[in-house]
Amino acid sequence: MNGTGESLTKGDLILSLRGVSKQFGAVTALADIELDIHAGEVVALVGDNGAGKSTLVKVLAGVHQPTSGTIQYMGREVNFDTPGKALEMGIATVFQDLALCENLDVVANLFLGHEVNPWRLDEVQMEVRAWTLLQELAARIPSVREPIASLSGGQRQTVAIARSLLLDPKIIMLDEPTAALGVAQTAEVLNLIERVRDRGHGVILISHNMEDVRAVADRIVVLRLGRNNGVFTAESSHQDLVAAITGATENSVSRRAARKLEEAER
Amino acid sequence: MTDTRPTLDRADTRVRHDEGIAGAVRAFIDRVRSGDLGMLPVAVGLLLISAVFTVLNPVFLAPNNLVNLLFDAAAVGLIALGVVCVLLLGEIDLSIGSMSGLSSAITGVLWVQSGLPLPLAIVGAVLAGALVGLLYGFLRNRFEMPSFVATLAGLLALLGLQLYILGPTGSINLPFTSPLVRFGQLLIMPAWLSYILAVLPGAFLLYSGAQTIRRRAEANLSSAGMSVVIAKAALLTIALLVAVYYLELGRGVPWMFGVFVLFVMVLNYALTRTQWGRSMFAVGGNAEAARRSGINVQRIRLSAFVLCSSFAALGGVFAAARLASASQQAGTGDVNLNAIAAAVIGGTSLFGGRGSAWSALLGVLVIMAISNGLTLLNLSSSLRYMITGAVLAIAVIVDSLARRSRASHGRA
Ligand SMILES: Nc1ncnc2c1ncn2[C@@H]1O[C@H](COP(=O)(O)OP(=O)(O)O)[C@@H](O)[C@H]1O
Ligand SMILES: [Mg+2]
Repeated sequence: MNGTGESLTKGDLILSLRGVSKQFGAVTALADIELDIHAGEVVALVGDNGAGKSTLVKVLAGVHQPTSGTIQYMGREVNFDTPGKALEMGIATVFQDLALCENLDVVANLFLGHEVNPWRLDEVQMEVRAWTLLQELAARIPSVREPIASLSGGQRQTVAIARSLLLDPKIIMLDEPTAALGVAQTAEVLNLIERVRDRGHGVILISHNMEDVRAVADRIVVLRLGRNNGVFTAESSHQDLVAAITGATENSVSRRAARKLEEAER
Repeated sequence: MTDTRPTLDRADTRVRHDEGIAGAVRAFIDRVRSGDLGMLPVAVGLLLISAVFTVLNPVFLAPNNLVNLLFDAAAVGLIALGVVCVLLLGEIDLSIGSMSGLSSAITGVLWVQSGLPLPLAIVGAVLAGALVGLLYGFLRNRFEMPSFVATLAGLLALLGLQLYILGPTGSINLPFTSPLVRFGQLLIMPAWLSYILAVLPGAFLLYSGAQTIRRRAEANLSSAGMSVVIAKAALLTIALLVAVYYLELGRGVPWMFGVFVLFVMVLNYALTRTQWGRSMFAVGGNAEAARRSGINVQRIRLSAFVLCSSFAALGGVFAAARLASASQQAGTGDVNLNAIAAAVIGGTSLFGGRGSAWSALLGVLVIMAISNGLTLLNLSSSLRYMITGAVLAIAVIVDSLARRSRASHGRA
């Protein structure tokens, strides 16, 4: 299904962005973004609200077209002009604004656009595969034949994540995947990210939870106001990371920490 | 079957699992309570309407009157079938009446005036419909022109074209002995065929139900059980046999109606069992989500508009056959709204993402029952319009209320 049939070894460059910018009218959501993703690597994308993380993910998913810049995928310059194309080439995405159809059931949503047997839908096979995928994620979904509308936020999130795994993609992008999840499911998602990485796929993880990020990320890429603002590793200090995210060594987080320290000393 | 291992889909102990016939009934009641009404309101409505008209004038229920009703239903039913396609996407086509009129005019001109073979004339008319649908789809996709506006413009333009190609005489009579007119007024299925066709759906239901249960068991999935399948198949077969028996007391089952039902079944299959159908519901439910799943939303829209206009064109041919003429009046008056009303009354939501091909069949039966019943009572068309309007309003209210109830029960 992955368009390009080449096999990957750990460390191969899969995706590389050069000078990618995106304008929404007067708003510059992304400016001159550089980003490399390698096989078997988890890259965390962090930044404050409005930093442009979701926009970057949507550009790579073919939802938005970049205003300028080049994207190289598997060594070739590509143009993700539709979401279908990105999916076909092996880039799967869990969007922050979950893209699910509320009127369809879980199985239909999982397989949407990639149904088994297009002219005579194989519901049995799809349902079996759905349960298998959901069990891998330790999902708590009572029935896969209920419309998505009847599921809780966390359950929907799990469905969206399960869907991204369906096509065995080369890169998975997860935009705040654990925001609505319980303790067990969050751990499962982190496990899953590591499993996917070990299989030699690239992972882009967006999260505000620094603990999760440090637990799984090989590199931490910071975006600030739509620009690259440094690359860190799990070993980098918390202060450095926060400074890069907020853009100053003197910031609300450091001020709060200093105040707490003062109170403790008193 | 003493296997105690829970099936793949029954691991969650919080869910009540409905088994057997009682379970199926309970699940159905739950669905209705939460606002997932499906075909229930229209089935109840049809029974009510029939009861009222029968009391007012027993002729309503006479076999031959019902046969006539079915003859009348086929054309509008076909048009309503197309409307279901656009409504599923949350779009609308207001020009279906004009399209059907134009199509009957094209058939008349090509066949009677130009002497083309009849099948070619019909193909020409349907192709014209497909072209118009392509245009609507293009306007919607390229310029994001609301279908409401584009097809309103089409309503006028197509009517103009119909008048233009009919010329100053304004009416073309179709030869009474021709196969088309006989199809529209006389042709009845042989009794043996009707009975066979009445038994087939139940037999198929049994067969496919058994297949599904076997395959699900092999895959370690649960099923509602064979008793439910048998009950459904038995009910369906009995209902169809009674209907055919009753119609055979009169002239029998019109071919025209049979062809319409065949189209309903084909569309139903396409909507429920193919990738295209799944995509239709997805685009109607959440177009952006569908797009992000890799569905070509524009192509799905195009297909819906093309289907709608083509069905309208074919409906126009049927109407011409029924009336034995292609005139300036064809497709005007209440044709447009009757077809849209039929789809909505049958349970296809105006809000997109919910509906079924069967709604065209049930809805058109309601509309035709009203029209036929009022004609029997010698009431003028003024009253007919008002009553049909009221029924449509009730259907939309039921649709809106059900939607609200579904939202509060978390069923989209
Ligand atoms: N579709 C859009 N139209 C206009 N502006 C947008 C759109 N999507 C995002 N933006 C703007 O782009 C900026 C980055 O947003 P986003 O990528 O969602 O940030 P985040 O890092 O929180 O995910 C914000 O200023 C936002 O207002
Ligand atoms: Mg975001």
